[in-house]
Amino acid sequence: MTRSLKNTARRRLLAGAGALALFGSSPLRAFGAEIGSSAALGLAEIPDGALAEQLLYALPGKVPLIKKTFRPPNFETPVEYFRNPITPNKAFFVRWHLAAIPQVAAKDWALTVGGESAERELKLDLQELKTQFRPAQVTAVCQCSGNRRGLFEPHVAGVEWGVGAMGNAVWRGVRLKDVLQKAGVRGNALEVVLDGADRGPLDKTPDFVKSIPIEVALDDNTLIAFEMNGAPLPHWNGYPARLIVPGWTGTYWVKQLMSVKIVPTPEKNFWMSAAYRLPRGRFRTPTFKSQLYSPNEPITTMVVNSLVTSLRSGQRVPRGKPIEVRGIAWDGGSGVAKVEVSADYGASWTPAKLGKDRGRFSFREFALGVPASESGARVIMARATGNTGETQVEQLIHNPAGYHHNVIQRIYIEVV
Amino acid sequence: MKKTLALLALLAAQAAFAQESKIALKDGPGRDKAMQCVACHSLDYIPMNSRFLDKAGWTASVNKMINVFGAQIAKEDVEPIANYLAQNYGKPPAK
Repeated sequence: MTRSLKNTARRRLLAGAGALALFGSSPLRAFGAEIGSSAALGLAEIPDGALAEQLLYALPGKVPLIKKTFRPPNFETPVEYFRNPITPNKAFFVRWHLAAIPQVAAKDWALTVGGESAERELKLDLQELKTQFRPAQVTAVCQCSGNRRGLFEPHVAGVEWGVGAMGNAVWRGVRLKDVLQKAGVRGNALEVVLDGADRGPLDKTPDFVKSIPIEVALDDNTLIAFEMNGAPLPHWNGYPARLIVPGWTGTYWVKQLMSVKIVPTPEKNFWMSAAYRLPRGRFRTPTFKSQLYSPNEPITTMVVNSLVTSLRSGQRVPRGKPIEVRGIAWDGGSGVAKVEVSADYGASWTPAKLGKDRGRFSFREFALGVPASESGARVIMARATGNTGETQVEQLIHNPAGYHHNVIQRIYIEVV
Repeated sequence: MKKTLALLALLAAQAAFAQESKIALKDGPGRDKAMQCVACHSLDYIPMNSRFLDKAGWTASVNKMINVFGAQIAKEDVEPIANYLAQNYGKPPAK
């Protein structure tokens, strides 16, 4: 098949593709059918039923995104939008848990701040929120905890996301800290509980309510944002205001934020005590200490990850010109230290050039030209490492709910 | 039954987008009982999660909808719904 691959790698490659029997005169055609065959919309690794069901569909105010489900709306950003390190608002992914999502008018909206560990209760309308506090801004990745769940093997139930349940934006608003301090934070404060305007279709459906540790709530980077990339938040992304918790997975970034409570006890509703949990100790991410009352623990920050945006499996590239390997990398807030690229199934790695540093919570672009002087199959891989030293994994760390997929991508191309 | 139909009619009207109503579950015994799922979510959730759950997996999903999310599905409907889902959207039998 190719002289550049070692035998062991080659065997893994064949097994991984599951295409051994098809292998013959045209290996890449076999790969093309097996991996990335639905190139327009996603990766062939996601469940067949999910691939068959998804389509491009434009929500009002959005460009066509990859529809996973209509109600509640779950829409994924196609890969080509990640060629820009800032994700356009119109292409930013959409993720809701519950189907009753009101259209909130700015004039009717107010944020209530209180709770048992608050000195006083505040009620702020949008104008008061914008004018009574210092403005603050951060460029940060919002990524669904279950991004890439569809790539889990064995598959797990849930929204079968490909790689696009994420986006990077410049968020502008005010610091949650400043708002909390105006309400007064008592010494016994343990968590801050956040509720948005969305709710379940039935009274019995648990309302989507999340909490964050008080120290995260008081972090300078945690914002109540009302602007995204210089424009008001789109309805689908939480208009008129949402929480921004840089580094932490999207589940905590409560949209259409209505209520903030400072509390002395752990929040134990379904969305904290049962959903968004990981087997304890399986990942090296920070621990949410007040939420350790069961054998599992809440997801917290994102794991280091990267996405190649310039190549797709099954693609043919011309011989004699360098293969342009470009993409983005990010982590849980330490910042990207390096991205390395391999064109020989991981036998050797070359550091890529990193793009502009937009801050430690942002996507960081990378680029490398890989020589392509010989024809044949290549497996392109990119591996990001964060400033903590954490690097992407070779093997999936499986977990029941399908979170934290950061397996090094393998992109099968052919030089012709 | 009348009540169920009235409920379904009401819920169909809630479909957020016209395209949602184009989602059709496969024909088979238990399909109309499985259609109750449309009360809370579009039916694309079902094919999206196929085909990798076995009957135990689908039963667990249906029970989660009832016990956690409050779905108004009668206890005696759990078995036929899980059978329908396993048959039409379940893990294919090992060859």
